[in-house]
Order: sequence, then C-alpha cells, then structure tokens
Amino acid sequence: MLPTDVSRPDYWHRVVDCQWACPAHTNVPEYIRLIGQGRYADAYLLNRESNVFPGILGRTCDRPCEPACRRGRVEEQPVAICRLKRVAADLKGEIRDRLPRGPFRKNGKRIACVGAGPASLTVANDLLPLGYEVTLFEKLSAPGGLMRSNIPAFRLPESVLDEEIGYILDMGADLRLSTPITSMRRLLEDGGFDAVFVGSGAPRGKDLDAPGRHDSPNVHVGIEWLESVAFGHTTSVGERVLVIGVGNTAMDCCRTARRLGGRDVKVMARRDRPYFKASPWELEDAEEEGVEIVVNHAPREFVVRDGRLQGMLFDRLEWSVDAQGRQRSRTIDTVFFPADDVILAIGQETAFPWIERDIGIAFDASGQPVVDRVTHQSSREGVFFGGDAAWGPLNIIWAVAHGHAAAISIDLHCRGEPLDRRPPQGMRLVSTKMGLHEWSYANDYDASRRQKMVHVDLERRFGDLRLEVEVGFDAAQTAREVARCLNCDVHTVFRASACIECDACIDICPVQCLTIVRDPGDDLQALEARLSAPRAHPDQPLYVSGPLPQTARLMVKDEDVCIHCGLCTERCPTSAWDMQKFDLLQPYAGRPACPT
Amino acid sequence: MTYIKKPAVRHPGLEKNALGLTLRDYEGSMSTLCAGCGHDSITAAIIRACHALSIAPHTVAKLSGIGCSSKTPTYFLGGAHGFNSAHGRMPAIATGAGAANRRLLLLGVSGDGDSLSIGLGQMAHAIRRNLRMTYILENNGVYGLTKGQFSASTDLGSKSRRGDPNVVPPIDPVLLALSIGATFVARSFSGDKDQLVPILEAALCHDGLAFVDVISPCVTFNDHEGSTKSYAYVRKHGLPVVHADFVPPADPITLEQEPGTTQIVPLHGGARVRLTKVAQDYDPRDRVRAFAFVQEHLARGEIVTGLLFLDESRPSMHEVMGTVETPLVELPYESLCPGAAALDAITEQWR
Repeated sequence: MLPTDVSRPDYWHRVVDCQWACPAHTNVPEYIRLIGQGRYADAYLLNRESNVFPGILGRTCDRPCEPACRRGRVEEQPVAICRLKRVAADLKGEIRDRLPRGPFRKNGKRIACVGAGPASLTVANDLLPLGYEVTLFEKLSAPGGLMRSNIPAFRLPESVLDEEIGYILDMGADLRLSTPITSMRRLLEDGGFDAVFVGSGAPRGKDLDAPGRHDSPNVHVGIEWLESVAFGHTTSVGERVLVIGVGNTAMDCCRTARRLGGRDVKVMARRDRPYFKASPWELEDAEEEGVEIVVNHAPREFVVRDGRLQGMLFDRLEWSVDAQGRQRSRTIDTVFFPADDVILAIGQETAFPWIERDIGIAFDASGQPVVDRVTHQSSREGVFFGGDAAWGPLNIIWAVAHGHAAAISIDLHCRGEPLDRRPPQGMRLVSTKMGLHEWSYANDYDASRRQKMVHVDLERRFGDLRLEVEVGFDAAQTAREVARCLNCDVHTVFRASACIECDACIDICPVQCLTIVRDPGDDLQALEARLSAPRAHPDQPLYVSGPLPQTARLMVKDEDVCIHCGLCTERCPTSAWDMQKFDLLQPYAGRPACPT
Repeated sequence: MTYIKKPAVRHPGLEKNALGLTLRDYEGSMSTLCAGCGHDSITAAIIRACHALSIAPHTVAKLSGIGCSSKTPTYFLGGAHGFNSAHGRMPAIATGAGAANRRLLLLGVSGDGDSLSIGLGQMAHAIRRNLRMTYILENNGVYGLTKGQFSASTDLGSKSRRGDPNVVPPIDPVLLALSIGATFVARSFSGDKDQLVPILEAALCHDGLAFVDVISPCVTFNDHEGSTKSYAYVRKHGLPVVHADFVPPADPITLEQEPGTTQIVPLHGGARVRLTKVAQDYDPRDRVRAFAFVQEHLARGEIVTGLLFLDESRPSMHEVMGTVETPLVELPYESLCPGAAALDAITEQWR
C-alpha cells in the first residue's frame, strides 16, 4: 500500500474538521487558542481574514463547522465555535488601525457590485486595498442585504452590523443606497465598469398557491414581512399567527411575531422533526419563546370571510415509505386552525427581471444564471455572480466564500490573466515542541461539557423587539469552552524512518487511533479489519506510513477520534512522531498564499 | 515520563468483554518508565490478555520485586491487589499469597536482575514447586535502574552503551526453567504482541507456574548497535518455532490443520491452546528435545520464541501440598485456629 500523500495541504486540512467544513476555511483552532490567551483582537483579525464578518457570523452563522467538529464524535456535543467567535468580536476593543486603511493608490479599474450584501461587501473588502474603485448598488436604504432585512435585530444587533460593514465602507467603497439596478444592459454599456459582480441575493419569497391566498391582506410573504419589520414599517401582528414552513426564516418569523403581539404562534410543518430545515438551535430558541410547532400538516386553503382572514385548513398527513423507498403521504383528515395573520416561509429564490436575456448572460431552464463553480464568471466575460444570486439560497458564510473567490477572478480578469490560473493554497507545518513534554498548545484533554448560552428572560425579550436574546459567554464559560477544543490543527506527523516499532505510541493512545500492520497490498478492507478499534467513519482519512525500517510493516492512524493529546509523541523514544501545527495559507485577490 | 494523565476519554467503538469492561478499564496509572521501554509494551499486552479473558481485576494479585520491570504492576489493572516486595523476593510473597488464597490469580512481574541475580534461588524454587501463577520475566539484559550495568542475562560479547563487551556467560532463563521441571515455558518479545498476547492468555489459564521470558529492550541503556537485546537485533535474530493460539472455553475449534503440525492442549477452566509448529523439527511437548533445540539455536545466536514447552499433567503446588480450597480469609475462625487441644493432638501424633 502506498503511503498517504501528505505533501499537499488538503490532507492536513481535512483533519481539521471545522476548518474543512467552513466554506471560508476559517482557522478555527488557532483563533480559539488566541481567545484562550485573551488575545481577542488577534482572534478577531484572524477570523476576519477569512470570514470578514466575525461579529455577525458569531451570532448568525449556520455553523457548518459545529456538526463537523471532532469533539462531537468523542463525546456528544461539539465545541461552541460560533459563540466563541462572538466572544472575540465582543471583546476585541479597537482594531481599526490594524485594518487596511486608505487612501489606496488607485489602479484605474472600476468594479460594480449589484447589491450590498455579504458577497458584494467581501468583494469590496478584497479589492479596495488593491486600488480598485468599487461601487455598491443597493436597492434598500441601508447596506447589509439579508443580514439587515431578514435577520431580526434580537439575533443580530444593528450596531454589530453597522460596525463590520463600516470597516469595509471606510476603505473607500462607493455605496449607492436606494439605487436598484433595473437594467444590466445599461450598467454594462453606460457604467464604464471593468467588471460587474452580481451579489443580489435570493430576494423573492416563495408564494403558496392555495385558494384564498389573495383574498386577505393578512397573508404575508416571510422575507418581505421581516424586511418591513426591520425597516419599521410593520410594528404589530394579530394575536393568532400561523407560520407556514419550518426553515430558519420561519423561525425568525415566528419569534418576531411573538414580539409584535402574537400570543398564539404556531409553526406549521408538512413533515416530522427529522426533516426540518431549521437549525436545531433555532428551533430550540423558538420553542423556548412559546412557539408551538405542529408537525405533519400540509396547507390546503385560506379561510377568508367578508374579507377577513379566519384561519387556514390543513390536511393532516401520515407518512410512510413505499416499495421504492420513497416517502409517501396520506391525508388522514382536514383540520381548521384559526389565525389573524399567516406568514409564508416556504423558501426563497433568485430574481433577475433586470438582466436582459440578449446580452450574453446565459440562464438555464430553471432561470438560474450559468455560472462557473470555480471562477464565478457567467457566460459573459467580466460578469461574475456570487452569494445566493449564483446558485440559489445558501447562507452568509457561503456568500463570503464566494466573494473571496470572485474577487480573485475579478483581479485576474482586470489584469488580463486567465481566470483558471488561480493561486494555489499553501501550508505551513511547524513543530509545537517547547520542552521535554511541553507544547505550545494545551494538550491535556478537558472533560468539560459544552457551555450553555444564557438568554435574556422572556419578559424582557418580548418588551423590546431589538433586545439581543443571547447574552454571550462570560469569562468562565469562555475559558471552559476554549479548553474543549481538541486543537485538531496540531497534527501527529510521522517519520517512518525513525520508528523502532516499540509500540509505545500504540499502547498509550487513549482512543486507539494507531496500529502497526503488515502491508496489506491494495486490500483496504484487510487493513481496516486489523485496526486497533473499528473504523467508525470511513469518510475520515487513514494516515498510512511508508514501510518501517525493521519489519517493513506500516504505521496506520485512523484520524477519526484522535484528540491530539500528543501522548504518542511524548512516548516516542525516537521522535518519529511530532506534533506540528498546520497553517492553511489561503490565497486572496492580489495576495498569493505562497510564492509560485 | 509525561506530565499529563492519560485522558479518560475513550474510543466510542471500543469492544466490551463479558464483564462489560473495555480495554481502558484494565489500565493502571501512567507509566513513569522511559518512552519506548519494552516493559510498557508488555504492560499493554497484559492489559489485552486480561481484557480478552474477562478477568475481574479484583481477583488478581500483582506481585513484583525491585527494578524497572517491578514498577510496572502499577501501570495495569488498577483494581487488582498488589505487592511490591523486597528485591528478588517476589516468588516467596507469591507462594504465601497463593497458599493463603487459592482463588487469587497470581501475576508476578520480575526482571533479569530481580530473577536471575538476587532472586535466582527464589525463582528456581517457585518453578520447582509449580506454584500456580503467571511469572513474567521482563528481560532487557541490563540494569537500567542503576544506569546500564550488564545483568545476568547479558549475552557474551554483547556491548554496553560505551562499547565494552560482556565477558561473563549469561543465564538463559528458558533453559534454566526447562531444566528444573517447569510446566509452561515461553519466550516472546515485547515488540510482537501478536505472539505475546495469546501466550499470556494461555499462561493465565495454566494450572501451574507459567514461565514467560519476554525480551524487552531498554531504550535508554541497551538499544544500541552491538547489543543483543535491542529492538533491531531481536527482530533480526528472533526465531518463532511454535505459534500459540488461545481458544476460549466457549469457542469451538474450527480450523483443522495438517496433522502433525497442530496440537490442541486443554488448559485449566475449559480453555485450550492450539500450538502450531513453525519449525518442523520442534515439539513443544518434549522437554528433552525442546531443551536441546533451544540450546543449539542459542549457540548460533538465534533467539527461539513461542510457547516452547507445555505439560499440563504435572500437579501444581496446591495438589502436592494438599492446600485448602477455601481462601483462609473465608474459613471460620475455629477451623483456622482449632485451639491448643488440636495442636496438642497433632504434636502427640508425632511423638
């Protein structure tokens, strides 16, 4: 069996589950260590490098990192990565003097961004310091896109939003508020821009085509309703509210309704809990606020009498699996739920009525633009898409990742270089050895359980629509949560030539990661059968060494539940093992990761 | 020696034995031996064997003398009884413990200094008596705890770390054990758990003294070029002649091997050991030929390994002495101490 190729960053990167799962590849373990050292500003800036909005994301991120977190495989709960990020943002102090500050020497290139949401702001963040002139066209009266219009202030305070958007605008972005782009042709022909980035999001809420839909003004489309609340146009709602759909927007709708006067708020779900789209923690927060979640009810019709909404009829469903393994529903009966307002939160989609179809920007059958997955360029050279606008609704952290990638493309485009000649990722692996058994990270395992976020009590919450619900971790909680991180970026790096096969590492490993086996050839199954502990997650990599000097056997490590305690290294008499810190070097526009 | 304790966290898929215990439940405290010490590997093999046999830790008495090897009982079976005796006196303590409580599973750990120098007489008599115990000799051919002097098992010509050759002939513990009537004699290597673990499993089920000489390199003082007890040397010169598979009582024996190469030997308590010959001219049931074989190969510089000799027919010390089945601690006081009248009667008998 050939030794695992560890010469490229991908192998090590994958072992850092959180960083690998993060679309922007934020260096999570490193910033958690910095928080642990009280270096909040450094932690914040490290975050900002990749995710641009640590304060915002520390409250609202979809947290792809947390389900991936190795801690969740070792005990039950992952590290509260997201909330630690918020700690760094809250306590960082003044960092403005550590951000790129203009005026920058202009390079004469002009970029237009359609929409001022996270994707466009990221593009501006990356290109402004390089001397680009970036103009952001926003149809609303404030920047931020969905972060402002759709995420309620009790989850994301306006001050945080203004601060982090301000860092980018202060680099010299030209922000045009209340300026919707109504014609792409005009923008391209008359704007005089060298490139256009479309970051206009997925602004259209899906409608429910059911009888009675348009007979009452009390039926609302969720994201429009949230926007109207955010900008102060809607300030009240009826006592009985039905929210249709069970995604994260539905959670924001029902919780907002509770604050605007809704007493009996129900979320109506077609299916049962395992199929809900909302993040578990958002469901939990909604239920804590007294929202009832009704499962297996499909909307049938709106009941409107004399122009007044009375409620809705629902089909009560029973689900089963058919012979082909598909989920099938059967209607048991039809039931009536009274309501004063109904809010539809059943999804959202992109809308491009302002892009003419004859200007070289191709759209597919479903009305989505044809966009290259890597370069983000559309079929028209110099026009790029990112965020929800590119491939439909994702989330903020994906929008940021798209913004970075698109900025690289725009920079290459403006310099006349091929878009596919993208700067590669680099890596650094440095030993953490500080003394005989001392490491530059805390290698001992801390058995603390995940810290629970403290919430403002319900009464105060409902009295103030804009009062942030989550209090944030205090110092003691932060210290405990930081210690839960397993430092997966500090890797067990093996040097086969030094190994004397004394078994010390295998014997000491508390989680049975290591095995020395006779070379099984190409037979992976034979290899797996001989591992010290069963391979629970085949998607987790195996680290296979070259032949060991004395017996030509192979050292195999199952990375799955390694807690990075470093004991293998401490018990190794020949330093065949070393604990080395991995840094993923990511390229950004105008800043290659490593010399090429 | 590491500064942190081995974290209590364990692999979620770790196998549980009949007692519901995992491997981790058979550990002791953190080793303070040098990193890479063969003794730690033997410790791990003992943990594996006890886990596989579903031995309840509190039924075991761990016994040792003085030396690096004798420190190791602290590092396994934290729930077992233990006695760290005076230098070389482990066999005496073991004999006493065994006589007092036949139900205790005696697990003695000693080294080449403890057993072949100061305690040679002790060891020899325990073997002679066929005390029911597992006797592990962690053999590194050096006095590690006193900084690397030659021991009684250092081979002729084997070099110290400074380069001086040993000029005094060694005692070979396997030949010694065979010559004084041992009923279970094995030699293995700390770096080969595939061989060592089944040998230990069989040893723990042997009705008599199971003597296991384990070559266990001292990484600090005896793992250099010129040493005959280094990892590299043992790997190069080791000659496995018998492979032992331990077969637990419940398991049927399925694999039929060629007659003449495999022997099934029943052990105490229903378990069996299947001995497969690796070397054709070797017979682990023939003491005389085994002795000659080991000696011939020793002369050629080869280290013969495996379960080298097994004889379940000889009675153990308990049978010979007619010791009482019930542990003394459980006997009623009147039986244990029948009083002056009973003593007088016994004395009278021999007048």
